[in-house]
Amino acid sequence: MSDTIPAPLLRRPRSSALPALLRRLLLDEYFVLYLTVAYFAVSAFFFPALLDPRNISNQLSNVWPLLAVAIGQTFVIIIAGIDLSLGATMGLASVAGAIVMTSAADKLLLGNSPVWGWLLSEQGGILADQPVAVAVGIAVILVTGGLVGLVNGVFIARFRLPPFMMTLVTLMLFSSAAIWITQSQNIVNLPDGFNRLGSGDLVSVYFGEKVTPEIKRRDILPFVTYPMLISLALAIAAHLLLSRTVFGRQVYAVGNNPKAAEISGVPVRRTIIMVFVIAGFCAAVAAILYSARLQGGRPTIGGGSALLDIIGATVIGGTSLAGGKGKIPWTFVGVLFFVLLSNTLNYMRLSAFHIDVVKGAIILAAALLDVLRVRLAAGDGR
Amino acid sequence: MSGAGLSIRGIGKSFFGVPVLTDVSLEIRPGRVLGLVGQNGAGKSTLMNIVGGNTAPDSGDMLLDDKAYGPANAREAERSGVAFIHQELNLFANLSIAENIFITAMPRGPAGLIDRNRLRRRATDLLREVDLDLSPDTLVEQLSPGERQLVEVSKALQLDARIVIFDEPTTSLTPRETSRLFALIDRLRSGGTAVVYISHILADIETLADDVAVLRDGKLVAAGPRPDFPASRMINLMLGRDIDQLYPPHRSAVRDEVLLEAEGLSLPGVVKGIDLSLRQGEILGLFGLMGSGRTELARLLFGLDRFHSGELVVQGERVTRMTPRRAIAARMAFITENRREEGLMMNVSIAENIALASLRALGNALGLLDKRAITASAATFASALQVRSGPIDTQPARSLSGGNQQKVVIAKWLMSGPSIFLLDEPTRGIDVAAKYEIYSIVKDLVAAGSGVIFISSEIEEVMAMADRILVMRQGEIASAFARERFSKASILRAAFGEKEAAA
Repeated sequence: MSDTIPAPLLRRPRSSALPALLRRLLLDEYFVLYLTVAYFAVSAFFFPALLDPRNISNQLSNVWPLLAVAIGQTFVIIIAGIDLSLGATMGLASVAGAIVMTSAADKLLLGNSPVWGWLLSEQGGILADQPVAVAVGIAVILVTGGLVGLVNGVFIARFRLPPFMMTLVTLMLFSSAAIWITQSQNIVNLPDGFNRLGSGDLVSVYFGEKVTPEIKRRDILPFVTYPMLISLALAIAAHLLLSRTVFGRQVYAVGNNPKAAEISGVPVRRTIIMVFVIAGFCAAVAAILYSARLQGGRPTIGGGSALLDIIGATVIGGTSLAGGKGKIPWTFVGVLFFVLLSNTLNYMRLSAFHIDVVKGAIILAAALLDVLRVRLAAGDGR
Repeated sequence: MSGAGLSIRGIGKSFFGVPVLTDVSLEIRPGRVLGLVGQNGAGKSTLMNIVGGNTAPDSGDMLLDDKAYGPANAREAERSGVAFIHQELNLFANLSIAENIFITAMPRGPAGLIDRNRLRRRATDLLREVDLDLSPDTLVEQLSPGERQLVEVSKALQLDARIVIFDEPTTSLTPRETSRLFALIDRLRSGGTAVVYISHILADIETLADDVAVLRDGKLVAAGPRPDFPASRMINLMLGRDIDQLYPPHRSAVRDEVLLEAEGLSLPGVVKGIDLSLRQGEILGLFGLMGSGRTELARLLFGLDRFHSGELVVQGERVTRMTPRRAIAARMAFITENRREEGLMMNVSIAENIALASLRALGNALGLLDKRAITASAATFASALQVRSGPIDTQPARSLSGGNQQKVVIAKWLMSGPSIFLLDEPTRGIDVAAKYEIYSIVKDLVAAGSGVIFISSEIEEVMAMADRILVMRQGEIASAFARERFSKASILRAAFGEKEAAA
């Protein structure tokens, strides 16, 4: 390098500037997994409570609903889109299903609801206490989610609206709709059969000595639960769909180069619509898990910082916001990392505000990492 | 004492451990035009990217006017007076000409705000220098490719560049725009600027260059004054072997059966009243100037745009509304003029690129794909076309040279089993040897009974390849020539129209 040249403003990362091992690690597709394991090990050293079975069981129950909705976001981000409305979709779907299933509603709280008197009364919803209530309720939640996705997809694909704009509009529209319908109240008194989906434990473990003949219910820790089975089944199905099917290849093609995809006969618009429908469906699955766990339809289950978690977990996993690149296993790792992060931040006794600050910073770091990886990969590409 | 100008001394560079430049030393002297030639992948662009500050060399150094020169980025290179005019122009289509010219050096007023008057005045002066008669407020998106090229040159002038590098500047220019650019390069040379001119068009090198440097496989194989380098010697040096001819011999394979027929195809403002027919085994050349509607016609035939009126009959079936999927189902293939934007998924593996147009056929009844079978099938097409690459299931398309990228696009279409090929500028920006390979592939296709519509702006190429040539002008087919009536002068006259031919 010469000294006659002024200091560079923007230095490109040189391939030689990074040791080979670090480069390999950074370019490894499971870099975030290693990071998560390392972070878990270090955190566990400082906060042994992290390893407490009760904590682990508790954290796992946070993983499954987030995983379901993050899978939907992964599809959308692979086609270089973004879905801001997934949280609102969850709220609306949760409310819609609960209204069908509930067996009693309070006139004082819900009397002003636009559906009071025809879909909802003091005797509950139209299927109150019917044996089919659970099945129909679940179907209503899934269909609501799919329909929101269809609206997003059709507007984005047909009228070429930017996904950011369209889903911002549906975010506002549907989150307000959910609040309006429920007058900001929770719809409770859901059938037991539904509530069991949120917690129902299949394999539970009791830690500790058996001193009394009876073990208290709260001491039994569920590990294999319905939410786990549902989310993992969704994840496996989504993974197979993306990696092994014609549709999956078309999704990546649209994300990589929509023009080339169209010329090569990929039904670009239909693929975009399908992706948003899948995203809405995944949000609906998350809505089922959350509503069942909370034992009520709640208009705000996807509000607050849920949006941050959904996008954050996906991006941290390594799915590129530039489109064309992403995998469900990556998103799984991202979700694990995100839940672990919240958990440790809680142990640090940070307030909710501080926690969001840190989460924001982590998302920024993940985005920067993506940029760095792209540059590293391109640096030896040409 | 090496004299003024740029001395490149022993530059070496490797990617992925593969050397792309080995010990290259070269003098770029003021007031002279250096023609830099070599096949794709010979290292021309890498060398110039090093000079232009986009890449750092692994070894060797450079002297600019006897001072050490090692730009860390393009900005530094520009500040040292080196301007690099890229093949894909780096202009902002949404900004005006003046704003583009001064994008890195906006004239400022006292409050730090942009001094619009001074900006416009200085831009006007520069535009006059490059002989571009346009208002500096015109948006770049309204300019033709040639005009954009000239705006890039004014940008270099604004920098007061002492070294200007042109990378394939004429690929998208009309002959008139080309001669304008050459006149400008002449003026730069007489003003004492050093010019590096990279091109595959050897005739241009012969007219322009004072010196010639030939790169092959990352090494400088020869350099010297231009008169020592007749075209045949340049070609032989580039290839490292002798070739007798640029085109495969012509042998008509035309059969009787009509594959594609258009009657009165029109889209207002784009094309009107197009009649054409393509037979089995026929190469139908489509010649015309930029903007004459050739690409637009191909897009209509393939269903990327919808025709307003007229009739299209493909493989004997009438089509009222064409879509790319119907076109593919009717065994058509469209190799677009723009590989990067419309042909390839640059970050995706070669195998996946090749499979893209055949996905539906590759899936089973459930839409499931067998990755290994796809890779194997893609590999047979890649090797049939002699795509030179590493493992096709991991190597991304972007890492291939232009010629090999084009072969990947062709392989993609071959896999879908078509019999009607629309080739739009299939040899643009690829080197002599790869061109010859592409021509041979086209000849093989027609020998096997396919029909090919061959769009090109290189008249020699169309004349060598086609059985019949249609000349387009302003969205219409101006005339048709059967092979025995091919004549460069009359085809060009038809393309320009009476008025320009007279001038």
